Amino acid sequence: MKIHEYQGKEILRKFGVTTPRGNPAFSVEEAVKVAKDLGGNVWVVKAQIHAGGRGKGGGVKVAKSLDEVKQYASQILGMQLVTHQTGPQGRRVKRLLIEDGADIKKEYYLAVLTDRASQKVAVMASSEGGMDIEKVAHDTPEKILKEFVDPVVGMSDLQASKLARGIGVPEGSLAQAVTLIKNLYRCYMETDASLAEINPLILEANGNIKALDAKFNFDDNSLYRQPEIVAYRDLDEEDPDEVAASKFDLTYIALDGNIGCLVNGAGLAMATMDAIKLFGAEPANFLDVGGGATTEKVTEAFKIMLKNPAVKGILVNIFGGIMKCDTIAEGIVAAARVVHLSVPLVVRMKGTNDEIGKKILKDSGLPIISADNMAEAAQKIVAVVAGK
Amino acid sequence: MSILINKNTKVITQGITGKTGQFHTEKCQEYANGKNCFVAGVNPKKAGEKIFDIPIYASVKEASAASGATVSVIYVPPPGAAAAVWEAVEADLDLVICITEGIPVRDMLEVRNKMKAKVAGGGKETLLLGPNCPGLITPEEIKIGIMPGHIHKKGRIGVVSRSGTLTYEAVGQLTDLGLGQSSAVGIGGDPINGLKHIDIMKLFNNDPDTDAVIMIGEIGGPDEAEAAVWCKANMKKPIVGFIAGVTAPPGKRMGHAGALISGGADTAEAKLAIMEECGFTVTRNPAEMGKLLKSLL
Repeated sequence: MKIHEYQGKEILRKFGVTTPRGNPAFSVEEAVKVAKDLGGNVWVVKAQIHAGGRGKGGGVKVAKSLDEVKQYASQILGMQLVTHQTGPQGRRVKRLLIEDGADIKKEYYLAVLTDRASQKVAVMASSEGGMDIEKVAHDTPEKILKEFVDPVVGMSDLQASKLARGIGVPEGSLAQAVTLIKNLYRCYMETDASLAEINPLILEANGNIKALDAKFNFDDNSLYRQPEIVAYRDLDEEDPDEVAASKFDLTYIALDGNIGCLVNGAGLAMATMDAIKLFGAEPANFLDVGGGATTEKVTEAFKIMLKNPAVKGILVNIFGGIMKCDTIAEGIVAAARVVHLSVPLVVRMKGTNDEIGKKILKDSGLPIISADNMAEAAQKIVAVVAGK
Repeated sequence: MSILINKNTKVITQGITGKTGQFHTEKCQEYANGKNCFVAGVNPKKAGEKIFDIPIYASVKEASAASGATVSVIYVPPPGAAAAVWEAVEADLDLVICITEGIPVRDMLEVRNKMKAKVAGGGKETLLLGPNCPGLITPEEIKIGIMPGHIHKKGRIGVVSRSGTLTYEAVGQLTDLGLGQSSAVGIGGDPINGLKHIDIMKLFNNDPDTDAVIMIGEIGGPDEAEAAVWCKANMKKPIVGFIAGVTAPPGKRMGHAGALISGGADTAEAKLAIMEECGFTVTRNPAEMGKLLKSLL
């Protein structure tokens, strides 16, 4: 689960990581009020969307008067912000963060994430802050320092100080940087984050170290024990169909093609999409119905797939293990009737009770095309959709 | 022979009294020598009772001492699953198979590091399969996990995959072609897990009753590439490789928590290329894994 920058900064402050003072605003008037309440004479107006690269896309402006705050807030609020992470359609800005301007002397990079290979928590830092970190990693990998932390032992002062010295934090600010790095690690662990990234972490002229940005991802498996994080969820930033699907325990991800797929199991679902591509078409979605598909779940799955006007055909691929093929077949027949299915449907089912399942489909009188294996199923749906 | 388990393996079921645990324990008991293999269950509140004739004990340690079991399978719900793994490790079992899906990553990180510290301190090593996996099967001998038993056939081909249904797909293709399996192993779709592709490939390489292997991977993480590099230097048997997720977009979690493209090196195409370089016979057609393997024999 992702959250907004201003929410990330609220979390950081709770864990003793210093950030600029600031507050969110949902309207231009509110933006001016937040700036006025903060005082001072320089403010930053920042678009809040769940995507990076906001500055380059025109979503971050420095205002030197309240009039400029008003001007930038009205420009950014409601704009369709396009960044390298939003896709060409961009994302509508509905929230702003108004915060104090910072006196930046130096920019660093700091991040915490889980390293799969070592099965430890990696704390990464770089002297090259404010830039695209993937580019730094590619061009000058020696400029990214890493410390691997055993979560049972925790992060030591020595590890934090190696990072702080390594990226060139000046002597007078070292103690502050060490505390901040350790606090960020603690924040990462206690909130069940899967990514905590500060880019840039800044050194101010007065020697203070502050988090100028905050990007968090959280482990979906842990949300049940993180109610404060769940409260930050912004459904406006998520695909409404994916959200609707999750209510029925379906994993749905919209893609760009025209063949809808309904599969049980994540691996088989990906493989089915790949088979469609292999035979010359593109999948319209990833959809995993999971282990216990009921008629209700299958019906919802059809409804969600068919909401996408690009869908010109549907491929169902079920390998029945726990899930019996006859149950799935009944679900498909019921669903096809409920949604008045008007696009071609190819069904491949194998495993427990597959013969009974196939008979149910055949006896339904619905124009369902049956296939014996995955390749045949993919070829058939691709051909039908192409009008062959 | 086979890898990790055979008809003489004695198994403890942790979470045997829950709905999922009951359902699958019954199926595992019904499969091949299952009646003799599944010898104990654990539930501290129901110690002394029996379920499907299987005695229930208060702890893994007690269950192991009383039954002689050296392997456990876990169906405990996510909040308590990592603790269940640790309990089995502390009881010095040989192998723990964790079926549970949805365990917090932090819990798995902690238990994996505790397991490593135990071995480093001279303690007995317990292998972990999973979590979020279908389990493993040695056909016509024993099935530990949630896979449909009847699609399997005893034979000499090894299968290893992260995903459940994709493992069944490969097994189904092999069985349809008359090729049986020595063992079929699902290592699970989570980012932090126990046995990895490389570990299973090592076991298949050393198993005199395995002639060839189908290795199936997914987008995300370094595991398949690591296994491929090891195989290039060491593997004496032909391998068919497939990676699911050629069509998966970056930055989206494709069902499995571990199936997420994060850098350039963990895309399906990148992994297929490394596997090909390392001498695997790779396919981009998931319906052809069995056929391709048959052509290598």
